[in-house]
Amino acid sequence: MQIRIKGARVLDPGNIDDKKDIIIKDNIIQAIVDPGESEFKAEYQIIDAENMLVVPGLIDVHVHLREPGHEYKETIETGLRAAVKGGFTAVCSMPNTNPVNDNGQTTKFIINRAKELGLSKVYPAGAISRESMGESLAEIYEMKQAGIAAVTDDGKPVENANLMRRALEYCKDLDIPIFVHAEELSLVNGGSMNEGSVATRYGIKGIPNAAESIMVVRDIALAELTGARVHFCHISTKESVEAIREAKKRGVQVTCETAPHYFTLTDEDVKDYNTNFKMNPPLRSRGDKQAIIQGLTDGTIDMIASDHAPHSVIEKDVEFDMAAFGIVGLETSLSLSLKLVQDKILTLEELVNKMSKYPAKLIKLNNDIKPGNRADLTIIDPEMSFKIDPETFESKSRNTPFSGFKVKGGTFLTMVNGRIVYQYE
Amino acid sequence: MQFNKKHILDIESLDPEEISMILDTAEGMKEISRRPVKKVPTLRGKTIVLFFQEPSTRTKLSFDTAAKRLSADSISISKASSSIVKGETLIDTVRNLEAMNPDIIVLRHSSSGAPHLISKRVKSSVINAGDGIHAHPSQALLDMMSVREKKGKIRDLKISIIGDIAHSRVARSDITGFSKMGANIFVCAPQTMIPMGIENLGCTVSPNIEACLDEADIVMMLRIQKERQGNTLFPTEREYALRFGLDKTRMALAKKDVTIMHPGPMNRGVEISSDVADCSNSMILEQVTNGVALRMALFYLLSGGSRHADSN
Repeated sequence: MQIRIKGARVLDPGNIDDKKDIIIKDNIIQAIVDPGESEFKAEYQIIDAENMLVVPGLIDVHVHLREPGHEYKETIETGLRAAVKGGFTAVCSMPNTNPVNDNGQTTKFIINRAKELGLSKVYPAGAISRESMGESLAEIYEMKQAGIAAVTDDGKPVENANLMRRALEYCKDLDIPIFVHAEELSLVNGGSMNEGSVATRYGIKGIPNAAESIMVVRDIALAELTGARVHFCHISTKESVEAIREAKKRGVQVTCETAPHYFTLTDEDVKDYNTNFKMNPPLRSRGDKQAIIQGLTDGTIDMIASDHAPHSVIEKDVEFDMAAFGIVGLETSLSLSLKLVQDKILTLEELVNKMSKYPAKLIKLNNDIKPGNRADLTIIDPEMSFKIDPETFESKSRNTPFSGFKVKGGTFLTMVNGRIVYQYE
Repeated sequence: MQFNKKHILDIESLDPEEISMILDTAEGMKEISRRPVKKVPTLRGKTIVLFFQEPSTRTKLSFDTAAKRLSADSISISKASSSIVKGETLIDTVRNLEAMNPDIIVLRHSSSGAPHLISKRVKSSVINAGDGIHAHPSQALLDMMSVREKKGKIRDLKISIIGDIAHSRVARSDITGFSKMGANIFVCAPQTMIPMGIENLGCTVSPNIEACLDEADIVMMLRIQKERQGNTLFPTEREYALRFGLDKTRMALAKKDVTIMHPGPMNRGVEISSDVADCSNSMILEQVTNGVALRMALFYLLSGGSRHADSN
């Protein structure tokens, strides 16, 4: 059985941007042909994608799947159902599970479970340090053998600069990128939202911008020292964007991501102690949001990742300062990011780069839409208008600040290995 | 005029008319405490829960006294006696309280916004008796009541608040309240105790204590929390007293009839010297007296009373 995606605009920046039909057979892109061509030859399952956009499968490099250990928040299955609904054909899972993914066994468990499910592909990130305690290196080589695509102690910083240096050196040999969760904990000091007027008014302890940028600057210095590949996670401040911009200019090998909430919301949106607006790093000021947008436009910010962080009501339906940090994002990321195109902040090509091509490059995947490649494709309906409704989420958790948000554009169909894993109904 | 608020969560959510109405009502209540029989039957049959998750002596005593003078039944629970120590969440604890049908829940809590959280889950009225570093509306209202009583007005007075503004819910509520009522507020502290953007609440951050005291009508000293000494906020109590303590010499910079206030408990010899605390300009104890009347007014108004309280 072959599948034919008919009538769509196929957009793979640098490779193809044309109205084409894609023919898929046995998990593989078999041919890309002009519409109507060679239609008589075979029996096709036709996907009518008139007025749709076919792009290389979207990749979210920053996702918390919570399994093993926190299955009440999310399982690999519910997380990946959320992923395919959000248009993602691959995700990087963060290692802060229980047990921590700091060993080959846990890595294999995650990969095997994902394979069984046959939804999005999972490229796990392993821990930098044992149990992510920041004390000694984890067995990164073994994890690499098992299939990790990156290492990170995400959820917390590597406080010890020397350990970070050694991790970078160690990973350079293995050609594994290090994902940096940039946070200076002594400056966070119990804070739970952005430091500034809003926090002062609400009596919520603040987290200054410097808590992030100070570590960004440190790890730029360590990237320079070691020549290793450093990727900064969830960048939220003006100062971080400036530091990374300047580092790139100097030729340092750094990349970075931001999340949709940082270019969509500010700390002024935190209202009435609603814990669905609490995440780490926190929503920043208007000036920071502007700087993030600028960073996206000029290419300083390479990619968009959701930092999908499911939490149950047990962690969220509590006092603001006691609530867990984090929001879900897989099912809202694409629609919120398409707004950047609608607002003419990014071109469509740039957006596809930031949500698919550059993430692929970061974890060394080839997801080009080319004959012979695996058919990992996302079909976007750019006209679909809807209101974000957490009740419709596939994720086990509902902790989103975007409830009721009106958006335009979303996933029409997600294909992984030539199989339709999600289709809008 | 009818009082239309269901809860007293912070000063921000009260408009100047509502504040005036509360102060007027409280003035009327004051007389009850001077009677030989200090009790009226106004709130007979009403149940008021005093839920103090954080330690407090004077605020709790003040609410309790206020409830009793209006003949309401007050029930106290503290963190130690609640199931919070057994791991129960705030919402569950409060829902259990709610099942006993109280009319008003007075909550003191260490988390900012805790009263706001529970106010959405209960049918009772909620009074915030201090939440984290956010708000302490009954304290600010009694401060406004005291100032109005002493000076005959609030508008255009120079009010200086000196001390740990960053960690003070009293300061936040006082700044918001007094600025709503038209006063000019100055705050002064080492920069380590001035939170970012505090001026947006309606005050001027003053560079030094002398400028802050100059021609002040009201000087409000805040307690320096001893446990913060040796932390990163200030070096020693001794040095703090040297730089920001209010003694007679500094007091002389203010207006002659300056009124000295302090929400208590005081650290004599640190933020305030004994001779200032006990001098005739000090109205620290009157604040306590007014506190009872003010809290009686809150109970009364939340129970559906109108401006003129008198016993019925």
